[in-house]
Amino acid sequence: MKVSGLEKGANYVVLILFAFIVLGPIGVILSLAFGPQSASVGREGRIFHWENFPDAWEIGRFGQYMTTSVTVAAIVVVVAVSASILAGYALGTMKFRFATPLFYIFLLGIMVPTEAIIVPLYFDLRTVGLTNTVWGVAFPQIAMSIAFGTYWMRTYFRTTNRAMIEAARLDGAGSFRILWQILVPIGRPAILTLVLLTFMWTWNEFLVPLVMSPNGDVRTAPLGLAFFQGQYTQGTALLAAGAVLVALPVVVLYVFLQRHFIKGMIEGAVRE
Amino acid sequence: MADPVTSSTGRSASRRSGRLAKPWLPWAYLAPAIVLYGLFMLFPLGRAAQYSFFEWDGLGASEFVGFDNYVALVQDEQLREAFGHALVLIFFYAVLPLCVGLVLAAILTRAQVRGLGFFRTVIFLPQVIAMVVVAVTWRQIYAPDGPLNGFLRMVGLESWTRPWLGDYTFTLPAVGLIGSWVSLGLVTVLLMAGMSRVPRELYEAARIDGAGAFREFFAITLPSVRGEITVALTLTIVAALKTFDLIYVTTSGGPGTSTTVPSYEVYRRAFQLGEVGAATAVGIALTLIVFAINFVVNQIGDKK
Repeated sequence: MKVSGLEKGANYVVLILFAFIVLGPIGVILSLAFGPQSASVGREGRIFHWENFPDAWEIGRFGQYMTTSVTVAAIVVVVAVSASILAGYALGTMKFRFATPLFYIFLLGIMVPTEAIIVPLYFDLRTVGLTNTVWGVAFPQIAMSIAFGTYWMRTYFRTTNRAMIEAARLDGAGSFRILWQILVPIGRPAILTLVLLTFMWTWNEFLVPLVMSPNGDVRTAPLGLAFFQGQYTQGTALLAAGAVLVALPVVVLYVFLQRHFIKGMIEGAVRE
Repeated sequence: MADPVTSSTGRSASRRSGRLAKPWLPWAYLAPAIVLYGLFMLFPLGRAAQYSFFEWDGLGASEFVGFDNYVALVQDEQLREAFGHALVLIFFYAVLPLCVGLVLAAILTRAQVRGLGFFRTVIFLPQVIAMVVVAVTWRQIYAPDGPLNGFLRMVGLESWTRPWLGDYTFTLPAVGLIGSWVSLGLVTVLLMAGMSRVPRELYEAARIDGAGAFREFFAITLPSVRGEITVALTLTIVAALKTFDLIYVTTSGGPGTSTTVPSYEVYRRAFQLGEVGAATAVGIALTLIVFAINFVVNQIGDKK
């Protein structure tokens, strides 16, 4: 659409202004993370203090916390995405009784706030000895991810080409072969989006690992950061470096695969 | 899983009868999801409803108290306050970003300026950063000797400086603005996607009729993105109601009780005060409110 040069100029000003509003706080944390740890170090006159990152890794034990986070995220992504693909396949391509009510029950889980289930989860998993274990932290997040994942995969399977499935069936392919050799390979973009979103939600989750591991055995990276903020009060450089380390894995993925993140979060939100 | 031959004959049989020949087949695919989802989502949800009718300290014997925990939601001063704070957060998470996002998306869609793709990536970024990291960052910004007060001193507004997270009046809005900062990207990107789908001819026609930018916005743009507004409001209101990490890391509900929210009360009551029944009642109430908001916002959004 044609607009005047003046309006175009004004739009650039707005664009840059809001980019600054968003990037400002990120700039603050980065400048703190690269800043000197103390005034005496600051007098050395270097601009980038890279040593903050290995120091935070050691002193803040981020190495340990990140390992825990990777383990939990790997379990949640593999189990939740697999279960979601299988369930979405059934709900999206097969006709059977209770298919619709079942779909709504899964949809319900997308809306249930973690706060509602976390209290009984803690006490019941404590009874069966799952608190302070990786599985105690992973299982509740698997269930939450399955709610969205099943909805997401069902949407994908409903858009797949019926004729192609029918042709494969006439060639004698069983339902699992059709899923595994035809639909999953074609559906790689949809599955990748689900993997990325599940990874992000699990990596960033706070309440579940906080409650499920009261003794701190299974402390994920965001929890380690919150804990570090309370413990480590000498200066802010290491805290900021730790914050950057915790945010980095998801941000790097976002920079390279941002289309998947935006598409997933926007389309995933638009229910039918 | 299934034998290829029997499954293909099964399917042709199913087309005649209109049902699957192997009625268990979909359930076999659904089994892992149903088991995991049932055990760790539906079961605890039912348990939460059950707990909410008891008084229990998490260790000893529990006592049935009927609806007392729900009555407390209305009568308990601190819980009422927490829900009031949630309303304030809804303004900052949902209403404010929606107003700004609408204007922002409208002017950016109107003139296809360059660098829009890059801008979209940047403004969406806060959505993917862990809330704890966001909270740690803003705590530094709001610190008494932090960049915000530094900026105010620099521009000669010395009298406006204050400990932003230690002030009874300003802490809740200060925390709310962090929520606005996070929500803005999601809302704007959603609205931009909706506005880019509005047919260009509508605007051309409006131009010929002599409509200005404001008329265009209210007559064409706003009605066209009704669906996106609905989605944006649902997502951000629910996010506001579920605020936990942000409060936990920035203020822990303080100073005093000036920033407690329902989610934080669930955690505090269950795991710090030993009021498990009361905590689950807050959790169930929160769930019902989230369902109600989804329902109401979608009803309004679907009209017309």
